[in-house]
Amino acid sequence: MKSQREKLVCIGNGMAGIRTLEELLKLDSDSYDITVFGAEPHNNYNRILLSPVLAGEKNFTDIILNDDNWYAENNITLYKGHTVTEINRIKRLVITKSGESVPYDRLLIATGSNAFIIPVPGHQLQGVVGFRDVKDVDVMLEYAARGGHAVVIGGGLLGLEAANGLMKQGMSVSVVHVTDVLMNNQLDQVAANLLQTELEKRGVQFLLSAQTEMILGEESVTGVRFKDGREVAANLVVMAVGIRPNIELAKRANLYCERGIVVSDTLQSYDPRIYAVGECAQHRGLAYGLVAPLFEQAKVCANHLAKYGIARYEGSVTSTKLKVTGIDLFSAGDFLGNDQTEEIVFKDAQRNIYKKLVIEDNRIKGAVMYGDTMDGSWYFQLMRDATDITAFRENILFGKAHVGDAGHGEVNQIASLPDDAEICGCNGVCKKTIVNAITGQGLFTLDEVRKYTKASASCGSCTGLVEQILANTVGDYSTAPHKKSLCSCTDFTHDEVRKAIRKEGIADIFALMQVLNWKTPDGCATCRPALNYYLLCEFPGTYQDDPQSRFINERAHANIQKDGTYSVVPRIWGGLTSPKELRAIADVAEKYHVPTVKITGGQRIDLLGVKKEDLPKMWADLNAQGMVSGHAYGKSLRTVKTCVGSQWCRFGTQTAMSMGIELEKITWGSWTPHKFKMAVSGCPRNCAEATIKDFGVVGVESGWELHIGGNGGVKIRGTDLLCKVKTDEEVVEYCTAFMQLYRQEAHYLERTAPWIERVGLAYVKQKIVDDESGRKRLAAAFIESQHYAQTDPWAECVAQPMAFKPLAVLKEEIA
Amino acid sequence: MAWLNVGLLEDIPRLGSRLLVSEKGNIALFRSSSDQVFAVQDRCPHKGGVLSQGIVHGCKVTCPLHSWIIDLAAGEAVAPDVGHVKKFAVKVENESVFLDLP
Ligand SMILES: Cc1cc2nc3c(=O)[nH]c(=O)nc-3n(C[C@H](O)[C@H](O)[C@H](O)COP(=O)(O)OP(=O)(O)OC[C@H]3O[C@@H](n4cnc5c(N)ncnc54)[C@H](O)[C@@H]3O)c2cc1C
Ligand code: HEM
Ligand code: SF4
Ligand code: FES
Repeated sequence: MKSQREKLVCIGNGMAGIRTLEELLKLDSDSYDITVFGAEPHNNYNRILLSPVLAGEKNFTDIILNDDNWYAENNITLYKGHTVTEINRIKRLVITKSGESVPYDRLLIATGSNAFIIPVPGHQLQGVVGFRDVKDVDVMLEYAARGGHAVVIGGGLLGLEAANGLMKQGMSVSVVHVTDVLMNNQLDQVAANLLQTELEKRGVQFLLSAQTEMILGEESVTGVRFKDGREVAANLVVMAVGIRPNIELAKRANLYCERGIVVSDTLQSYDPRIYAVGECAQHRGLAYGLVAPLFEQAKVCANHLAKYGIARYEGSVTSTKLKVTGIDLFSAGDFLGNDQTEEIVFKDAQRNIYKKLVIEDNRIKGAVMYGDTMDGSWYFQLMRDATDITAFRENILFGKAHVGDAGHGEVNQIASLPDDAEICGCNGVCKKTIVNAITGQGLFTLDEVRKYTKASASCGSCTGLVEQILANTVGDYSTAPHKKSLCSCTDFTHDEVRKAIRKEGIADIFALMQVLNWKTPDGCATCRPALNYYLLCEFPGTYQDDPQSRFINERAHANIQKDGTYSVVPRIWGGLTSPKELRAIADVAEKYHVPTVKITGGQRIDLLGVKKEDLPKMWADLNAQGMVSGHAYGKSLRTVKTCVGSQWCRFGTQTAMSMGIELEKITWGSWTPHKFKMAVSGCPRNCAEATIKDFGVVGVESGWELHIGGNGGVKIRGTDLLCKVKTDEEVVEYCTAFMQLYRQEAHYLERTAPWIERVGLAYVKQKIVDDESGRKRLAAAFIESQHYAQTDPWAECVAQPMAFKPLAVLKEEIA
Repeated sequence: MAWLNVGLLEDIPRLGSRLLVSEKGNIALFRSSSDQVFAVQDRCPHKGGVLSQGIVHGCKVTCPLHSWIIDLAAGEAVAPDVGHVKKFAVKVENESVFLDLP
């Protein structure tokens, strides 16, 4: 067997190369004999954390990513401290400086970049260094130990991090920059000035608009001279003016290179046996200098090496944060804007806070933030998803602050939080648990942290905090994925899956998984319910609902409680009941010894603590009295709350009760992406709380106001006004059309509020209000699907109670 | 070994489960898409959730309470979670399911 394995050689024992191997081993640990060459005499380490190492905040051992065991366990032959000098493409050999030669079937080039050293006179003197690897950091620390003055050439990200570190190590530092805007690739003038002021306060000196002419000194550096004649004394000069893809080797092997090694969407060079990833690669004209894109490339390259061949790399959008403790700075996208764009700006000079969003066509194109970067990842996500921000534009600069039920919005310095601070309120995860998981398990991404700690795995409102902890612990990887797949069983997104369902017309979960190359034999508890819903929505008449792909609550038509018992909530139309119904409920409660009877917030009665095998009997009794399931358990229409309205109330303008009953009669039984709640109030006093419902109806003198996209819960959201209508018939038409649009277009488990925020209120208005014939079509499609959906699940189960009984009862004597 | 006939294979839905009530605690029987049958104690190692009510995929079940995934063949929670659930030997003969109660 062994002889049949192909040989994979990786040149470059750095972040991109090793990440690619890790991704490959996850997919396929068998196909290759792997050899790695690394010029540095170390294992793979986290290069971006060299800055904290320089600043004395971390040790080198803290930043090692793969220890010797890792290479050994994965049977990887590692040549540490071996520089590859030649690639022989004809014989398919890799040859090193010390004369080793190793054959390959496939070759991965991940040689990264070199620090660019400006070739001015004196650049070879002792005491002139770049800032790229451990060796450079060691040199800097050696000089810093002797004190004196350091000149950092380059006022970009790297230069400022170097300056900060050297100052922490006790040197006095001047930063030299060619323009008058620091970090001009990431910041606008305002943010750059704030940053400069802050760094000056800490003692860094700046020489802006200064061009280096020569470095002075005989053997060692003594100073720097500029074109305008200025001179500064220096014991150490750090060149941080940029990086150049390290492509010497590739060029010598006659691989086609421009700025970097030119690669395709599968990360292959012009020689298809040779792949390139990381900073040495150039994809669609771009060579990246940050890790987030490299990780995306690694995934795709590994997919191709494992011969799956379904992934494509389509480029990355990047964002930056400065890793200088105590300075919060964030930048992403087109942060300068042009004449097509507008800006939204917030500035608080006293608190030193500045935020700017560049907007085009109601979508975020770029962002710069200084002083408060809490919402950086949120803006970044909105930018990547091209979310329409119209609905919350006026408040957008105040951030996602209202997310915090526990005052999370206040916290912006995660580092200052104590270890036992609760980060994820839903799952009770504290900061220390997250930090330990990240360091102990070597986690990099939000998804991994979610999986290991469950933090931010539920409501997600602490996502920003978890991302900050990640950034603080391992550095910033800008973890938001490029496109979110439905779950880890597939690379397709929700929208792609729904498109495929429409295109292929397959009305069976397992056939669909096969066509879409699902990675697992029968999916998982995330994708199966989603697929079941999508198929049900697409083929209402023909799709055979799969109970085994539903959560237990929907399978048992009751809510499972924490002790394994269930609750029963009969439907009470519009919240109106009668002595007969109340008597029937009282009777079953007594007959089956129901321990708790509760009036719910949805104007119904909840019978809690029912044993599973009693469910069918109770339902049969309730059915006999004309009552049906309230679907209190489902991703479906829940309740329609009403107020008493003009039938009784002295303020009432409209008949809220009968309107509510009518809506519930039409919409009950329909399955939706997530739960769907409605309410009808008889006048704007709004006693039925219609403005925190998915669809809320409020009576006014001239008719009805229709409100959409509200919810209570962890993150309360008031509705948006959809429109005003005159008649009851219109209420029904708009309501059913809106539900159908939501059913067809929202992602499974996405409530109306995040869905509307994602697609934009304007879009929904256009579909429901402006497009009359479209609205009528949607409403008709809803009514059509209701023909199949409006069967009482209780009655169906009563007819076949088998699954509710144990298969057998084992008695002591037989056992 | 005392093999006990506990019912018919066809009475357990594919990718579903049925319950056996026993004096020593309930036992969940699962049937995979390839008709393998597993029997484990019906108590999630996390907080005692009823595993028989979870969604079955591969030879695993996802607990309905907090979504731990339990490998039914190994009787262990899938990483990163850690926990053990008691397994029972089962076999299928002539379309009937037999359980070995220790
Ligand atoms: C100080 C510093 C701070 C940074 N901060 C951030 C940050 O905050 N956020 C961010 O996203 N990015 C940051 N970066 C950039 C990030 O570190 C790089 O983008 C990333 O490391 C590039 O990965 P790579 O694998 O392409 O290259 P590297 O990690 O450089 O790996 C290339 C490896 O190949 C070896 N090699 C080269 N040629 C040969 C050869 N011929 N034979 C054998 N081996 C060879 C090199 O020695 C090196 O070990 C920072 C970089 C530095 C230096
Ligand atoms: C986001 C988190 C929420 C979760 C997980 C949740 C969960 C539940 C559950 C499990 C039940 C059923 C109880 C039972 O019968 O066993 C329920 C019922 C109910 N919930 Fe929530 N709920 C949430 C948010 C809300 C909010 C925000 C509101 C209102 C503002 C609300 C209002 C109700 C009402 C009124 C009922 C009774 C249902 C009925 O009569 O049909 N819930 N909820
Ligand atoms: S909403 Fe208006 S009509 Fe309804 S109960 Fe309140 S005051 Fe009366
Ligand atoms: S009880 Fe099973 S996951 Fe919590």
